[in-house]
Amino acid sequence: MRIENKNIIEVENLTKKFGDFTAVNAISFTVKKGEIFGFLGANGAGKTTAMRMLIGLSIPTSGTGKVANFDIYKEAEKIKKNIGYMSQKFSLYNDLTIRENIRFYGGIYGLSKSEIKQKTEKILVDLDLKSVANKLVDSLPLGWKQRLSFAVSMIHDPEIVFLDEPTGGVDPYVRRQFWETIYDAANQGRTIFVTTHYMDEVEYCDRVSIMVDGKIEALDTPKNLKKQFQATNMNDVFLKLAR
Amino acid sequence: MEAIIVENISKNYKDIQALKEVSFQVKEGEIFGLIGPDGAGKSTLFRILTTLLLPDSGKGFVAGHPIVEEFKSIRKKVGYMPGKFSLYQDLSVEENLSFFATIFGTTIEENYDLIKDIYEQIEPFKKRLAGKLSGGMKQKLALCCALIHKPEVLFLDEPTTGVDVVSRQEFWEMLAVLKQKGISILVSTPYMEEAILCDRIALILNGEILNIDTPNQMIQNFDKTIYAIKCNRLYDLIHYLRTQDYTESCLPFGENLHLVTKEKVEIEKLKKEIITQGFEQVEIEKITPTIEDVFLHLGQEKKEDAN
Amino acid sequence: MKWKVFWAFVKKEFYHITRDKRTLLILFGMPIAQVLIFGFVISTDFKNASIDFLNHANDETSFELIEQIQSSENFKIGRILYADHELEKGFKDGTSKLVMVIPEDFSKDFYNRNPIEIQILTDGSDPNNAVTLTQYITSIVGSFQQQKLKIPENPQQINIETKLLYNPKSISAYNFIPGTIALILMIISAMLTSLTIAREKETGTIEILLVSPLSPLLIILGKVAPYALLSFIDAILILVLGFFVFEVPVRGSLILLLFCCLIYVITSLTIGTLISAVSKTQQDAMMRSLMGLMMPSMILSGFIFPLTSMPFILQVLGHIIPTTYFIEILKGIMLRGVGLEIVWFPLFVLFLMILFFLFFTWKNFKTRLQ
Repeated sequence: MRIENKNIIEVENLTKKFGDFTAVNAISFTVKKGEIFGFLGANGAGKTTAMRMLIGLSIPTSGTGKVANFDIYKEAEKIKKNIGYMSQKFSLYNDLTIRENIRFYGGIYGLSKSEIKQKTEKILVDLDLKSVANKLVDSLPLGWKQRLSFAVSMIHDPEIVFLDEPTGGVDPYVRRQFWETIYDAANQGRTIFVTTHYMDEVEYCDRVSIMVDGKIEALDTPKNLKKQFQATNMNDVFLKLAR
Repeated sequence: MEAIIVENISKNYKDIQALKEVSFQVKEGEIFGLIGPDGAGKSTLFRILTTLLLPDSGKGFVAGHPIVEEFKSIRKKVGYMPGKFSLYQDLSVEENLSFFATIFGTTIEENYDLIKDIYEQIEPFKKRLAGKLSGGMKQKLALCCALIHKPEVLFLDEPTTGVDVVSRQEFWEMLAVLKQKGISILVSTPYMEEAILCDRIALILNGEILNIDTPNQMIQNFDKTIYAIKCNRLYDLIHYLRTQDYTESCLPFGENLHLVTKEKVEIEKLKKEIITQGFEQVEIEKITPTIEDVFLHLGQEKKEDAN
Repeated sequence: MKWKVFWAFVKKEFYHITRDKRTLLILFGMPIAQVLIFGFVISTDFKNASIDFLNHANDETSFELIEQIQSSENFKIGRILYADHELEKGFKDGTSKLVMVIPEDFSKDFYNRNPIEIQILTDGSDPNNAVTLTQYITSIVGSFQQQKLKIPENPQQINIETKLLYNPKSISAYNFIPGTIALILMIISAMLTSLTIAREKETGTIEILLVSPLSPLLIILGKVAPYALLSFIDAILILVLGFFVFEVPVRGSLILLLFCCLIYVITSLTIGTLISAVSKTQQDAMMRSLMGLMMPSMILSGFIFPLTSMPFILQVLGHIIPTTYFIEILKGIMLRGVGLEIVWFPLFVLFLMILFFLFFTWKNFKTRLQ
């Protein structure tokens, strides 16, 4: 099995308040190494806030948390070095070529020249982009951009990759291709932490948590959740919980 | 009379063909869904039909008026919710609504009965700035604004994109109510599972219509057999099945994979084969296809035709 | 119906303006700040400015004149110089602001009513002070003649020749005030208007407005009217500040001046709408108004550099900029006190520009996208 019995994210009673408003209310969970973990919630349920705390962009009000064995209060900088992040508005520069984008992100993460060269080759070969390596990213179809963006987010071999709605608006075929790349990454021992609005995609995850009003109201495998809520699909589970 | 008639409409942006000879008709009082991913040409089509863009060729009629010649008459009769959230973020809920009422020459009171059910849900926040609303509430406000002048035809461009499942469900319930009131609705969505909530749908990909029908009929007309397969190592199984001769396509579908075969296969035989390959907890079931299966299949056929 | 829509627009636009701190700051903070910055740059405290004398005459009347100058509160005597090479001494160590050179035989020529040349040297690196101080001296010398010769009017017998050391081109405070008014009105009317329409394009609300049965003219007018009003208020604000802070007078008709401001504001607004009609984003609109409007208005309008000393081609460019004409009008009315008989021409040019830009905006404002 690709999932190892070792926690790579540990969160306990993590809370974030903005004034009187509690955006994230004492959530606790663990993610195991190699797991594909789905992080769901309605708009405004606190998903984004929780994720920002995990990737070291926001300091929690209270509670404890460790990501890749680093403390989210004290070692935010180390966390940033050991995670990859890709959002729906993928972070590539449209006016740079594919090669230049890869080189740029390699540089950001402090890779050496030879490492960057080697990584660039690998990404270009893996994604079959060699023939267009010197074309502007702008000219790529959306699906390719997303896969490239995903590959670039892992250029520094992070242990965990955070994906924030990575497949928004993409056609169903390309979405499947994308999920296969996610599986590939997971098979290489990487942990995937992903949010999505597509309920069918939730079933690709090993385990899923659902946030409602700042709290985690459910956390289990998709199969068990469907059983627990007597639902035929994840859509129904979500509706029963969030309504 | 048809609410919308689209005849062979094409549109190019420089060297990109956004729409290729698109044709369909929307009947009066119908919810017609335009189903397809980003970049399929949905927004371009919406802008042409709402008279914001001119088509390069082809004809279109909305509420009986030709879209080029009588664009002014159309503008009085349609409600339009553009793709992005297009309200004034720095105006309150109430200010937005009353502004749009005024520019369409009406008042909130005059057509209140039409928006009542929707507006009541956001009324407690009517003093709040639109930019501070949650996604679901913004969407409701935008719908109210599009409805305030009692349009005959409603154009909703991806109203549920980026909105959570609960709000999406509520939104479709609101559309059903509007349909009851006789409003014709053209709605686009990238979510395949929403197709089933429309009276009729058109699947669109790369500017081309793949198929038009009622969702049920479209599923019935799909002539391939689909097997849903579960096992302990789904990802590896997909790779294995793709190498087999009998496989036409094999794609992940949540906890299952969907296998389309070239000819009929026996379930028991297939199961044995998979188990001998070392997979465990294998379950195989013949299933009715979903709209997504249809879309994937038609999309692949198109791609193969193109190659 | 039309009026109701128009008011709905105006109301909405005022909400936008009052809720956006940046817009408010540009609208009211910028003019006040600019004018006040000038207030610091150009000190208005002219008490006891030090003046040096090189007195070639050394006779009774020349000392009487010096005494008269000293007795005014504005000046104090610095040093008495004896040779030409000492002239710049006071400027260089920063102790004096002016040097007055009195010619030989001052007494004799004065009472014989012969023409006299008095030379005033000023520190041109501080041009605004220099100009003001020279004016004080001129008026003191004028009243000195009236008193001594017992005549009612300034006999214009003494010619004061002013030499501006270090800055022969003379940029004066009086130049800056009309220039500032012109520039600020241009920024507010043109830039803010272009930004507000571009913003609706960015947020997509323009799509809803276009799909509504409104005529494009109504959309433009509804968006532009609030800015016209606010710009006009700004014009008055600057005039008032200018008057009280710098004592920049309005010698001509105030009504005519305000009317001209209004015409100029309208010119700027039409340019603003033209810019927004061709810009897709706020950033785009900002770049166009900065490069296409602000820069030329500042450099080529005679605001900073006098047009007459520019190469021919730049002079031609300068004359297609509305700001050039408006500065001309402002200087005429405010400083020289002239009336319509003089400013009719630049005013007429502004009218023509309005028609020209309106026509192009009309052509470019689409009832459709793209």
